[in-house]
Amino acid sequence: MKILVAIKRVVDHNVRIRVRPDGTGVETSGVRMSMNPFCKHAVEAAVQLGEAGHGDEIVVVSIGPKVANDVILTALAMGAHRGILIETDAELETLAIAKLLAKVVAEENPDLVLLGKQAVDDDSNHVGQMLAALTDRPQATFASAITVNGAALDVTREVDTGTEVVSLPLPAIVTADLRLNTPRNAALPMVMKARSKPLAVRPAAEFGIDLASRLVVEKVSPPAERVAGKTVGSAGELAAYIAGEVSQMEAL
Amino acid sequence: MSVLVIADHDLGVLSPATARVVHAVSELGPIDLLVLGHGTTDIATEAAKLAGVTKVLVADSPNTADGDSLVIERFANGYSYIVQSAGSVGKDRLPRVAAKLDIMPVTDIVEVLGPTRFIRPIYAGNALQTVTDNQAKHVLTIRASAFRAAATGNNAPIETIENAVVSAAKLIAQHRTESDTPDLATAQIVVGGGVALGSANKFQLIEQLAKKLGAAIGATRAAVDAGYAPNDWQVGQTGKIIAPDLYIAIGISGALQHLAGIQGAKKIVAINSDSEAPLVKLADVALIGDLFEIIPQLLTELDKAGVKR
Ligand SMILES: Cc1cc2nc3c(=O)[nH]c(=O)nc-3n(C[C@H](O)[C@H](O)[C@H](O)COP(=O)(O)OP(=O)(O)OC[C@H]3O[C@@H](n4cnc5c(N)ncnc54)[C@H](O)[C@@H]3O)c2cc1C
Repeated sequence: MKILVAIKRVVDHNVRIRVRPDGTGVETSGVRMSMNPFCKHAVEAAVQLGEAGHGDEIVVVSIGPKVANDVILTALAMGAHRGILIETDAELETLAIAKLLAKVVAEENPDLVLLGKQAVDDDSNHVGQMLAALTDRPQATFASAITVNGAALDVTREVDTGTEVVSLPLPAIVTADLRLNTPRNAALPMVMKARSKPLAVRPAAEFGIDLASRLVVEKVSPPAERVAGKTVGSAGELAAYIAGEVSQMEAL
Repeated sequence: MSVLVIADHDLGVLSPATARVVHAVSELGPIDLLVLGHGTTDIATEAAKLAGVTKVLVADSPNTADGDSLVIERFANGYSYIVQSAGSVGKDRLPRVAAKLDIMPVTDIVEVLGPTRFIRPIYAGNALQTVTDNQAKHVLTIRASAFRAAATGNNAPIETIENAVVSAAKLIAQHRTESDTPDLATAQIVVGGGVALGSANKFQLIEQLAKKLGAAIGATRAAVDAGYAPNDWQVGQTGKIIAPDLYIAIGISGALQHLAGIQGAKKIVAINSDSEAPLVKLADVALIGDLFEIIPQLLTELDKAGVKR
């Protein structure tokens, strides 16, 4: 099967972000960037399917500025075969992203599209579901296991009540959760090899889609800070505190 | 400007999240509540009691993303707002519905400022976005934990809509976590355990304390990854978002992805051997020491203090 993986370059998940004092957004200049963790799990899933004999070709696509090349190279080093960068300096909304990806799906016609379930910058958790809608394919979000079952996939999903297993006829869309696998760190020879793999750069404008934002972001503000508390010296004191809190609750 | 709220339910019971969603959007217009699934009569009866609901619509649906979304789309025409809680079902279905309607959704809303203005967290809750949505239709998901529940006592009419959709995906198995503890996302007290518990067996210490306090149980990703707790107990950026009156975090360092899930907690208690742990720093009350000594003592002391719920 042919697999398309969509990946995003984001502020590294270990960075403690700062909201710009003028409320225009989050400071991203001079901040370490990397592949969104969930996207890494999606790439790893594709590579593992390939290693199990289920992935004839793995294509990765990212939408972003020129420097987003680096996350495509990471995916190629992990084992993907070919990359596409849809270049734009604009911060696109998830709906526009899904529309661009739908165009790529129409061109590439993959049997499976893998994405991360959410990006850790805007935390939207939309794109896989939207792409499934726009391409009329069944979806399984929040995947923690994928098994190939003939012309279908059995996908285990993490949901609020535990887990569920969904059978999806191909072609289909799956979004990766963190327990799907452990992404590999590409060895140096793979990193070198990645540079010689095909990587097409195409301007976003070439896809003929209205990329204008639908929502107006008025401002971005920091959350309220918590006031520092105190330390108690014994389990007895802590029990007294908890007892006090509990009795206040009952009084409500 | 009418509102369609999609109900959340499980095992034949209306989820407590739905009452909160109804309350959150009560200013936006008259609310119809849509109950999807099979055999949902009891759920519809419960839903009809929620204050602010004009009528309850019951439609058969296959419990899959593509199937449920098709049903919701059929109803979408008559409404300005399509809303569900930002639980695992709403997160799965509503972006799909939104794309079909060519609408950019506003999700994880923690504050409704007006008919078209909403606040939603980004970057694991380390920043808050105020957005205006001037589209013809609004597709919204609501963080239930950020809102109070609608009152009950209503008796809205229930309408069953004949409906049949074919879903490409099939739900073939469900594995649920057996537990008689309260719903995590809406609990008043939560006791959370980290990877420091060391085993599934020892994680029962957390469960014992939770039982005593009538609390729900939470866990960190590290504890879930290690197999000490089921995935649906995970609290944080990618787990559940909680806003209890009291959160007791035991053997939890306080990584920013975990903190993302507990920002709405009114009071936080931390038990940790490391006085420098981020969670200790932001807790209202911290006790520094070995959790394996402290929890048994705490159970005894709570008994002495006569705490029972
Ligand atoms: C993309 C992404 C998403 C994530 N999403 C989530 C999420 O949703 N939820 C989440 O929780 N995590 C999430 N994480 C993981 C997160 O970064 C941390 O790794 C995790 O929260 C740490 O869990 P922990 O506190 O149990 O473990 P640790 O960080 O290892 O902390 C253990 C704590 O226990 C204390 N301790 C050890 N022994 C004892 C003892 N005997 N008595 C008392 N205290 C003791 C230590 O001092 C330490 O503070 C995510 C990570 C990524 C990259």
